[in-house]
Amino acid sequence: MATLTKTPDIRSAAQISRRKFMTTSAVASAGLMIGVRFSAPLALAQEEEKAKKKAGPNPFDAYVHVKPDGRISLIVAKSEMGQGTKTGLAMILAEEAEVDWNTVAVEQAETRPEIYQHMGTGGSGSTEENFTPLRQAGATVRLLMIQAAAAKWSVSPAECAAKKGMVSHPKSGRKAGYSDLVEAAAKLPVPDPEKVPLKDATKFELIGHATPRVDIPAKVNGSAQFGIDVRVPGMLFAVVARCPTFGGKPAHFDSTKAKSMPGVRDVFEIPALGAGIFTAGGVVVVADSTWMAMQARKALEITWDHGPAVSESSAAMYDAMREAAHRPGKRVRNDGDVDAVLSNGAKKVDVLYEMPLLAHATMEPMNITVHARGASAEVWAPTQCPDWVQGTVAQVLGLKPPQVIVHTTYLGGGFGRRYTVDFPAEAAQVAKVVGKPVQLVWSREDDMTHDFYRPASAHRMQGAIGQDGHPAAWFHTLASTSIRAYWDPQAPPEGQEVGGAKEMPYAIPNVRLEYNPVATAVPRAWWRSVENSFNGFAVECFIDELANAAGKDPYEFRRSLLVKPANWKPKSDDDVDPARLRGVLELAAQKSDWGKPVGSDRGRGIATFCSFGSYFAEVAEVTVKGTDFKIDRIVAAVDCGQIVNPESVRAQTESAIIYGLSAALKNEITIKNGAVEQTNFDGYDPLRINEAPPIEVHLIHSSEDPGGMGEPALPPAAPAVANAIFAASGQRLRRLPFQLKT
Amino acid sequence: MAAIQLLINGSPRAVEVAPDTPLLWVLRDMLNLTGTKYGCGMGLCGACTVHLDGEAVRSCQTAVSAVGAKKITTIEGLSADNTHPVQLAWIAEQVPQCGYCQCGQIMSAAALLAQTPHPTDEQIDSAMVGNLCRCGMYQRIRQAIHRASSATPASGSGKGA
Ligand code: FES
Ligand code: FES
Repeated sequence: MATLTKTPDIRSAAQISRRKFMTTSAVASAGLMIGVRFSAPLALAQEEEKAKKKAGPNPFDAYVHVKPDGRISLIVAKSEMGQGTKTGLAMILAEEAEVDWNTVAVEQAETRPEIYQHMGTGGSGSTEENFTPLRQAGATVRLLMIQAAAAKWSVSPAECAAKKGMVSHPKSGRKAGYSDLVEAAAKLPVPDPEKVPLKDATKFELIGHATPRVDIPAKVNGSAQFGIDVRVPGMLFAVVARCPTFGGKPAHFDSTKAKSMPGVRDVFEIPALGAGIFTAGGVVVVADSTWMAMQARKALEITWDHGPAVSESSAAMYDAMREAAHRPGKRVRNDGDVDAVLSNGAKKVDVLYEMPLLAHATMEPMNITVHARGASAEVWAPTQCPDWVQGTVAQVLGLKPPQVIVHTTYLGGGFGRRYTVDFPAEAAQVAKVVGKPVQLVWSREDDMTHDFYRPASAHRMQGAIGQDGHPAAWFHTLASTSIRAYWDPQAPPEGQEVGGAKEMPYAIPNVRLEYNPVATAVPRAWWRSVENSFNGFAVECFIDELANAAGKDPYEFRRSLLVKPANWKPKSDDDVDPARLRGVLELAAQKSDWGKPVGSDRGRGIATFCSFGSYFAEVAEVTVKGTDFKIDRIVAAVDCGQIVNPESVRAQTESAIIYGLSAALKNEITIKNGAVEQTNFDGYDPLRINEAPPIEVHLIHSSEDPGGMGEPALPPAAPAVANAIFAASGQRLRRLPFQLKT
Repeated sequence: MAAIQLLINGSPRAVEVAPDTPLLWVLRDMLNLTGTKYGCGMGLCGACTVHLDGEAVRSCQTAVSAVGAKKITTIEGLSADNTHPVQLAWIAEQVPQCGYCQCGQIMSAAALLAQTPHPTDEQIDSAMVGNLCRCGMYQRIRQAIHRASSATPASGSGKGA
């Protein structure tokens, strides 16, 4: 049994201090090469450990290569899931290097951890962690070019300026292109990156300006290669029959019929791999085409040993969560004296919120192509974490990581699902037997029933309104099927469950948060915005309930509670700046005409939330007719610090809102007999075009550090809609997905 | 197994395949036309949409033997150089996010506009409701269809021919 224990830990890594430094090196190569280290505020804790221990010759995360023709390549291993990462990175570099946007190319680095250190794409961190190091790298290019030109012309560098890939000396009218200077620049001593002067933000010509994404043209003609599109000469296709029940395995199977089917090459069993990899194991069918493999899988006769999880059901899981939300738990936050307030005669609200397990359901099902060649291997992976894929495949094949080359393809959606290495490990098990290039394809049914699910949760929320109409107490008891308890049973189970609840931003004197884990065999992991997805709903609906109990307007109520003390300083990277939150709240209210009448059967709801360093407020307008409702529009206000590409910010906001609304309106994973009941988009149907509301996005211009963008628009979407439904109908929806009563 | 002749993107292609094999897998696994995507295999997502004689169909639900003499157009054959009005509009509106669903979306939209050059929002909804986008780019899809539509000269009622 494999025992890789690397667990991506977005939350705890957020507490690790930023490392921002860049070193340069002249790697043997024509032109000028600059190594770049990224700071890693949201990186993986284990990668951080690895980086600390590392003393190799190339401790870089990326390289900037100015080629002899003056064109610049950024060589980087970041996955493109559609969030526009590559475009944003190139914009930052081009801005400081003073080159034409179209002379910068972003090249996907092969996975070579001995060279490229930090390669995960998750935690919404790509722009956040790269911003300053890339600016410094670009500025270094500009500085070296100016120095090279000044030396060539025997003038002072201060008299020279760089623009559009050209250094000029206005006094003498001399000009030289980067292509003419690069050779001399490469021989100059490299300045301390921390001391290189950066451009004044008011002079930015690319950063902050909408720029078309570089990956889009290939995505409108079928040429963009996703993992499932990889075609290698001589390749075969494989599917795995896995036990529907979590933890089950084949007791025995008969493959006679399957093996006799056209195109079938082999049928064999692979074992489950344990902690940290979490594959189900099962019976593999290898065939000449995906379809042949799928057909032959249907012909397998397998008797399953379902194992102990077969007794699990959603009903029992909800019972356990409700019970756990009603008993004392581990105290995660405790301000003032909640008990004293809740035991006196103040006006009290005591309610329960419940949220289900959710699947990621990326549009491209899991898949990966592996060619095991004995002493080496090659992998084509749609992954958010190529170096973990490399390590895992190497381990399964008995190789060392450098013997495995990983090509990262385009990803047909990630949302956290492509952070795990279950499918790469399975594919390596298969490839080891097959010995030819083999593409492991998960059907939609495999993908839906063997995901790592967003935890289910129950939230008992108790609050009290004081005589003065202000909330006097807030007591949140959270129970969930902890991610941490699944990945690392020794670690505190609340590790990735309490974010966003612990940082509850409203100025209330007595606040407590308690946590209880609930056991289950259902695999759990990071789903878009992680625990913020459920805590955002509980916190932002409950503050609305308190506003109602206090007889106040929900916008004014929130606004009055977002108070920034004079001496406020963030205690951690996760701390919420009340003034920035109030800023987006006010902007969303203003843009949505908050306070103006909306008409009968209609209502407006508001929610505001900070996660991944970005601040969002969203207003939903709904029409309610009986048990039906329609979302008429969503108005979003965004403060994500310094914006690199507004186009990407808007797109990511729209995307995360729709993803959140799919969960609010329609989606739920349920368990019966220890297995997932939903198997395809008929049982788990994301929002469709006729259900998608118009979304308006309003941006706040800020010079704060860039926050993450892939996830933080999600948490406020569902509570804004629930609060709007309450405003329209008087019904409080405390369970997802929403169901109105008659 | 049967020898089947197909006309794909203007070229005749011959395949030796079980007749009930869905067109989707013939395109992807045998003819290397991977722009047509697998998303659900049940006609629920639209990622596999291609044209048969100009009409949008789900290739995962179309047995290769049922195609007959009909002309197959896949995303690779929509235009030689990304210049189909729908592709241009998709770029202008920056529609694709991960992009996985978008070939299917574009094929559905192109078929809609061929039939109904100036669709209303309702007509867009009913033509595109079968195409899921897990990245939620529906607003952009709608805008891009309107943009492509306005690139086409108005003719008649706009209610479709
Ligand atoms: S793959 Fe054909 S409709 Fe989903
Ligand atoms: S763009 Fe990703 S599924 Fe549509």
